[in-house]
Amino acid sequence: MGWHQQAGFPILSVITYLPLAGVLAIMLFGKGRPLFYKIVSLVVTLAAFALSTVMLLRLHTHLPGMQFVENFMWIRRFNIHYGFGVDGISALFIFLTTLLGFIVIISSWHYVKDRERGFFVSLLLLQVGMTGVFCATDLFLFYVFWEAMLIPMYFIIGIWGGPRKIYAAIKFFLFTLVGSLLMLVAIIALVYYARVNSPVGLTFNIQLLSRLVLPHHLQMWAFAAFFLAFAIKVPMWPLHTWLPDAHVEAPTAGSVILAGVLLKMGGYGMLRLCLPIFPDAAVAFIPLVVALSIVAIIYGALVSMQQKDLKKLVAYSSVSHMGFVTLGIFVSIAVLNNAQGMEGAILVMFSHGLLTGALFLLVGFLYERTHTRDIAAMGQLATPLPVLAGFFLFFTLGSLGLPGLSGFVGEFLSLLGLFHYSHWMAAVAALGVILAACYLLWMYQRVMFNDRGDDAVRPAFSLADLKSREIVSLVPLVVLAVWVGVYPNTFLNLVHLPVQQIVDRVVPSLAQAHGGALAQLVHFTRGLL
Amino acid sequence: MHTMIVLIPLLPLAGFVVTLLLGKRVLSARPEVVSLAAVTASWVLSMIVVAHVFGAHDKAIDFNLFTWVSAGSFHVQWGYLVDSLAAVMLIVVSTIGMLVHYYSIGYMRSDGGYYRFFAYLNLFMFAMFTLILANNYLLVFLGWEGVGLCSYLLISFWFHKKSASQAGKKAFLVNRIGDWGFTLGLFLIFTTFGSLQFGQVFAKVSLVSPGLVTWISLLLFVGAVGKSAQFPLHVWLPDAMEGPTPVSALIHAATMVNAGVYMIARSYPLVSHSHTAMLVVMIVGTFTAIYAACIALTQNDIKKVIAYSTISSLGFMFMALGAGAWVAAIFYLFAHGFFKGLLFLGSGSVIHSMSGEQDMRRMGGLRKKLPLTFWTMLIGALANVGMFPFAGFWAKDEILGGDFSAHYYIVWAVGIVTAFVTALFMFRLMFLTFWGENRASAEVQRHIHESPRVMTVPLVILAIPAAVLGLVVGLPPDGGWLHTFLQPVFFNVEKEHFAWAGTGGGLMALSLVVVALGISTAYVAYLRRPGLPARAAARVPWAYEASYHKFYMDEFYNAAVIRPVMGFAMWLWAFVDVRVIDGAVNGLAWLWGAFGRVLRPLQTGRAQSYAFGVFAGLFVLIILIRYFWGA
Repeated sequence: MGWHQQAGFPILSVITYLPLAGVLAIMLFGKGRPLFYKIVSLVVTLAAFALSTVMLLRLHTHLPGMQFVENFMWIRRFNIHYGFGVDGISALFIFLTTLLGFIVIISSWHYVKDRERGFFVSLLLLQVGMTGVFCATDLFLFYVFWEAMLIPMYFIIGIWGGPRKIYAAIKFFLFTLVGSLLMLVAIIALVYYARVNSPVGLTFNIQLLSRLVLPHHLQMWAFAAFFLAFAIKVPMWPLHTWLPDAHVEAPTAGSVILAGVLLKMGGYGMLRLCLPIFPDAAVAFIPLVVALSIVAIIYGALVSMQQKDLKKLVAYSSVSHMGFVTLGIFVSIAVLNNAQGMEGAILVMFSHGLLTGALFLLVGFLYERTHTRDIAAMGQLATPLPVLAGFFLFFTLGSLGLPGLSGFVGEFLSLLGLFHYSHWMAAVAALGVILAACYLLWMYQRVMFNDRGDDAVRPAFSLADLKSREIVSLVPLVVLAVWVGVYPNTFLNLVHLPVQQIVDRVVPSLAQAHGGALAQLVHFTRGLL
Repeated sequence: MHTMIVLIPLLPLAGFVVTLLLGKRVLSARPEVVSLAAVTASWVLSMIVVAHVFGAHDKAIDFNLFTWVSAGSFHVQWGYLVDSLAAVMLIVVSTIGMLVHYYSIGYMRSDGGYYRFFAYLNLFMFAMFTLILANNYLLVFLGWEGVGLCSYLLISFWFHKKSASQAGKKAFLVNRIGDWGFTLGLFLIFTTFGSLQFGQVFAKVSLVSPGLVTWISLLLFVGAVGKSAQFPLHVWLPDAMEGPTPVSALIHAATMVNAGVYMIARSYPLVSHSHTAMLVVMIVGTFTAIYAACIALTQNDIKKVIAYSTISSLGFMFMALGAGAWVAAIFYLFAHGFFKGLLFLGSGSVIHSMSGEQDMRRMGGLRKKLPLTFWTMLIGALANVGMFPFAGFWAKDEILGGDFSAHYYIVWAVGIVTAFVTALFMFRLMFLTFWGENRASAEVQRHIHESPRVMTVPLVILAIPAAVLGLVVGLPPDGGWLHTFLQPVFFNVEKEHFAWAGTGGGLMALSLVVVALGISTAYVAYLRRPGLPARAAARVPWAYEASYHKFYMDEFYNAAVIRPVMGFAMWLWAFVDVRVIDGAVNGLAWLWGAFGRVLRPLQTGRAQSYAFGVFAGLFVLIILIRYFWGA
């Protein structure tokens, strides 16, 4: 359905470019007027959030295909379109992006001291890139936004980061770039193939490409390239080492967006591109991806346990949690009638955005007070900071998968999907849930309670509890975390149909599976030589 | 009726939210009011619902509120089920819950976190009500983890103490291990039956292979072992005594720890289909019963003794479930909730009057100074050891009778021995605390006083069912009111056909003799000849040490689980992650840089060397072109 019928104005473009209008205003009139550019940032992000809520409410959950579609010819020579459109999955992520977008603006109100205007501009530009990725229905446009969001993030880490910011920023940039370039090569190969060998001819339209029947060797190689790009973003084990460094060095807002939205790009890319375009290859890769996901769940949790830096601990916990995402996606296409795994994966992504986003906010709030992230230097902070401790406990519990909060439902569904695939693998992966409680509660004890001796520990600093601005930035996340935990159907209803479409596209390939992905890749390599 | 049932858990939840948000500022004068009102209202509603279930007999109320989770082929409702089993649980939970709330007014008055305490108690009531009223396994699991959370919050209530925050964490983690089994059990139930709703699952049990039923039952039992503190996952419960005493009474004696028993009883149609699972349940329960009783014998902390006694009692319940004495198990749970809650609240009253002292070696002679506490605790102790005609007697003897009539003679014998040990340690506690001379410091002695009315009245109220419950609901044995009431739930249980005047009466007499023997041994050892226990311990030091150190289970877990896991995690982090994976990443970057450094000398910046390079390249090119095309 087009935007004409559903909104009356091109709502997706408006949501995407509103922050750009803010950037323009800040560039023109904002110099030396901090209050002005902060308010402009807040207004545009709030407006984007309001519009994305409207968009979510107007979305028809029973209609297949893209909605709020905008489609204009952009580069005629290559049949490249400016194509925007959403289904339930992308709508959910746009909602998450705009939500975290305005929350980081609020939480960064006094955060940076140096080149503050540039910081807010970078945050707004970042939001444009992220929203664009979720809106794009044209592969070329997708790639443009994909690369575009890299640059503001690079600056956010590299300019406003911690002591090793340059190392972390370059590491982040190179890791992502390697993946992106591989993806670019695969895009060119894919489109070239379509032009020469298919009735649709030259096209970058994702929907059209998702209906092609591609030869097996092209699928395997192109899938591997796309998948590597997305696996780095997720990040899957063992491609994760950029994440802890990036998180530790990034400013709070950067960490929140990184964990809350950027990591989801990986899962989203797999759902939107890898599975529908290369169904045979996806099926071939199932055992490998499932194995790596389970390793990530256990490994991330164990490594989290040994972290001394609070941010690094949360970063490694993300590796563990994102394991449930790749797991859920791939077990869903491994067994018939197993769509709950994929729906669970999407819910894990959404919930991880809320919970881990909030945890990074709280670590930031703690850092602003104690000027340290060293867990050993903290202790019994619940005494001077009861409100902060309460919020911290809430999100810690959500993160360890307490039923009734958002983390539980997604992980449960993802594991249930795995159980359909293999009982004993599910038994192993479910150990990750025990380990999550171990590292999170131990962390909580060391930071907020007492693990040193039975005498009360007096924190060395005089500490002020959360201010109302900080509470305001956390409350929406609390509300949504409870909502997802108690009534996840609001969000699951959005994704039933798109998930079913993806599964229906891939499942026929199950019948003609060719065996292990690595063996096939090796085989094709021999063929090339 | 539906509205009332929904309100039972909902009111405490509302109480929790209001107390947490407003307790400190708005309600600062009386922060407990809202939560008290909530539990009291829930109690009234519970009684109405119970009365209704009793009147409408064998017509269970089962309804769904809304679809909770719906994804792919997985659908679970948020719904409630009230049948006679849930009704019995409702009586225990709502009554003891309410009394503990009132008791806490006195016990926690002077604590800084007073409002927080009541908020958590309310949250606990919500989770516990949800657990017992849920009509499907997933909602049970929500309540199950919810009570676990509250247990964590309340054990580490005095979080400034390391021991308290450690104990809270331990409780949650050990329970998580059990919940791992529970979760897998849920998965297996769903893949087998296509539903998690009790009615739909139980209707199809006979269509499923017995092997699957056994697996499901055992996995559920893993969860029960964690929550109900059975061996080998019992280690969290003694440490849980770090929490304030009302919490020990409510959560760690009367309600939450019974959840495992309740869940296995609830799964009766499943579990009773698997002989293997029943056997495992019985063996674990029997072993735990005697094992925990042996530890209780040498502990000096008054609460620890009662905690081990609780573990032992829970073992008794599982012993009964496994032996097929389903009603007896619930009967024991029912009675145990009252008398064990009473014992804990009584010990709280003792501790309160002794200025926080918990070591029985520094108590004594409190009989005169705390008359109400003494008399009520005496009733509780008599009920616990199973003295005629107190509540525990009838329940315990149904269990032992059940073992006997099912021909599990060894189990029955262990039960009798446990009864002896229980009588011994329970009256060791009573004699050390209430008889003899007071051994506290003069300062503490001066302050000894009976607890305020708000604490003693709940003791008196609890003493009534502890004394007469058996006479009211358990007579005649194996055919009392409770049996008729629970008949629709355990529909297939064969009645034991005892001639209660013959074999049954003989068994009863025997167990009474054993209990009397236990009490008199305690009397001799701790009042008449106080040197005796020390001499006995010196005679078999290894046995005494093993019991005193809880058979070294904590040390074992530390060496066999915690340290290896932590060491492995350290190796993963310091070696695999930093050296291998990130080493490879940085090594690649270094290699790239080194390659650049090799090429760098070419970039000298001198124009003549560049010009030389250009001409040399041109020369080579011309030669190549001539070679390939020219010739």
